[in-house]
Amino acid sequence: MSVGDYIRNSQIWKSVFRHPAPTDRRNRVVVMLTNFFLHLHPVSIKQQGIALSYTWCMGGITFFLFLVETITGVLLMFYYRPTLEWAFYDIQALRDVQTLGIMREIHRWGAHAMVITVWLHMYRVFLTGSYKPPREFNWVIGVLLLVLTLLLSFTGYLLPWDQLAIWAITVGSNMAKATPGLGTEGPGFQLFNTSGYELITNASDAKFLLLGGRFVGEATLNRFYILHCVAIPLVVSGLIAIHFWRVRKDGGISQPL
Amino acid sequence: MLNPHPDLTPSVLVGLGWFYLVIFLMNLLWTIRSFKVDGEYRSGMPRASVWAVYTSILMMLSFYHFTYPVEGFMFSMPLAFKDFFDAYFSNPVLYFFLTIVGLWAMIQFREWWTRPTVAWVLLNCSLIFMTLSLTDYDFRQIVGKPDNVPIVAMLFIVAFFTWIYFSRAVDNDRRIAEGRPLFEQEDNEKVLVWPDLVYTELICMVVLTAVLVFWGIALQAPLEEPASSMKTPNPSKAPWYFLGLQEMLVYFDPWLAGVVLPSIILGGLIAVPYIDFNKAGNGYYSFKERSFAITTFLFGFMPLWVALIVLGTFLRGPNWNFFGIYEYWDVHKVEAANNVNLSEFFWNGLGLGIPKGSGVGDILLRESPGIILTIVYFAALPPVLGLTVLRKYFVRMGVLRFLVFSNLILWMAILPIKMLLRWAFALKYIVGIPEFFFNI
Repeated sequence: MSVGDYIRNSQIWKSVFRHPAPTDRRNRVVVMLTNFFLHLHPVSIKQQGIALSYTWCMGGITFFLFLVETITGVLLMFYYRPTLEWAFYDIQALRDVQTLGIMREIHRWGAHAMVITVWLHMYRVFLTGSYKPPREFNWVIGVLLLVLTLLLSFTGYLLPWDQLAIWAITVGSNMAKATPGLGTEGPGFQLFNTSGYELITNASDAKFLLLGGRFVGEATLNRFYILHCVAIPLVVSGLIAIHFWRVRKDGGISQPL
Repeated sequence: MLNPHPDLTPSVLVGLGWFYLVIFLMNLLWTIRSFKVDGEYRSGMPRASVWAVYTSILMMLSFYHFTYPVEGFMFSMPLAFKDFFDAYFSNPVLYFFLTIVGLWAMIQFREWWTRPTVAWVLLNCSLIFMTLSLTDYDFRQIVGKPDNVPIVAMLFIVAFFTWIYFSRAVDNDRRIAEGRPLFEQEDNEKVLVWPDLVYTELICMVVLTAVLVFWGIALQAPLEEPASSMKTPNPSKAPWYFLGLQEMLVYFDPWLAGVVLPSIILGGLIAVPYIDFNKAGNGYYSFKERSFAITTFLFGFMPLWVALIVLGTFLRGPNWNFFGIYEYWDVHKVEAANNVNLSEFFWNGLGLGIPKGSGVGDILLRESPGIILTIVYFAALPPVLGLTVLRKYFVRMGVLRFLVFSNLILWMAILPIKMLLRWAFALKYIVGIPEFFFNI
């Protein structure tokens, strides 16, 4: 008996993988049904539905990049401190000194790549008409995931706390104070400020809510850090689960009807 | 004109040598491929020999870059061309116009440019153009910024996938016209996910990981000076994927460009499956069956999103002025801007003079032409369109669906409309009520 066979016949191996190696048809079916990670897939699938020139693989790549971002992001969180005193110098040290500093590079390039792959995934889904019934609602979830991807990238942009970061966020968040009704430089906020009581001021408007202050400062850094590392990823994870679940429930990978 | 910059250093030349080496290797594969006729290699094909000559020149170019000294270097973008390009092609009007013409040509000549040889020639042209342009100092300053590299890559990637789309759509359109089954319906047996899909995914993940690690080693993520609220950079730019929105600030106030229009874009995307009543083209590539939907989407994605990001990233310099791709980003460049509100046009045109006074009534009177125009545009135009040009859509969609649809189309059109009005008449605001931050 070879070593490989010995391992595959051990109680430990069998307790993890509840079936023989997927070398014959029966076990190739069984593996899809009994493995937690694989059970997202169907057992069998139309050949053209998984052709790369048809799907472009962009949804899958986006999900993979999300996982890469999670892993590299967690590693970065061990090192990085989101305070005015340390934020910039921690990133600088990641670049210049730290052994695994490349995690920051991978994290940033992965984020850019993820924005692009989300667009391309959406592009493909539109061009193949895959948003049409019965997949309408999954398209809606996809649009929400697009927004959240952009927000993830936007909140992460601030964290290095260099000139590029704060001014990009300043330009971006200046839009918030023009929100109609809710910003002090947008139309209609005066409607809330009648009879001498000012509801919408520069210490209570949409920009203040976003930044946690009148300008990009320590409170903003903290706020964006929590949004970037905890709040948005949680929501995204939930929506991804629904998105995948609905791909299966809404008729599987799209194909000519 | 003397070039003020030390144009080419040895390290730049070596970098360009690598560029040419990559283009050479691509074309080497292509040449080998073009020797193949009906699945067999035959020698002496005239077309293949042309490619072979071109490929050899690329190889020599690459080695020339690796070995030749900087003095008397021969292969750079000619100064005359750069001056010509900056003088005649560096304005937003022509840029936007060309993107629209490009979209039109892309759709109109889709059967021509999706042919592999044509597409390959176009790819080569763009790569050679970019590599030659990289010999320019100012071009390198902007395109070579670490955060801008992904955008250059994105352009080629989007072009590649657009090519895939159009070639498959052209193929399927032909099949539909001839009554043959779709490409997606041929050889479409069910296969087991293990191994057919699982292995594709695994290979994809391995390749992507390798790409990311290589990218991370080759290109350092940007880190500028520590943040300082005292030193405002000029230009101050949002993250690159929002630069299309920032570009809209040229034409609209922040409440429209930064809040309302993005919300409408997202609302419009969400509404897409509910207003597209066309049942054809579900689950396969096609153009003719859904030409309106595809054209509208491409219009929104290409000229109004990707092209505006490119404009905002590469062509907008200090004070958000427009700069040619070979132009130095001069902080002191002045662009005359004497924009006039519609109300001034109207009242001065009538010879009445602008109504004065700061009461709400006075303001409404002053801005009444613009207000009426806006109300007509959003409230009266949809029913008119529904009863005339878009009658077909109105009948099939019903009232509510049609109103949503036509309003989304009108919202999409306001950016090009405002651009044209600005360029043609220097129009600032259609409705200008700065007293209430209500400017359109």
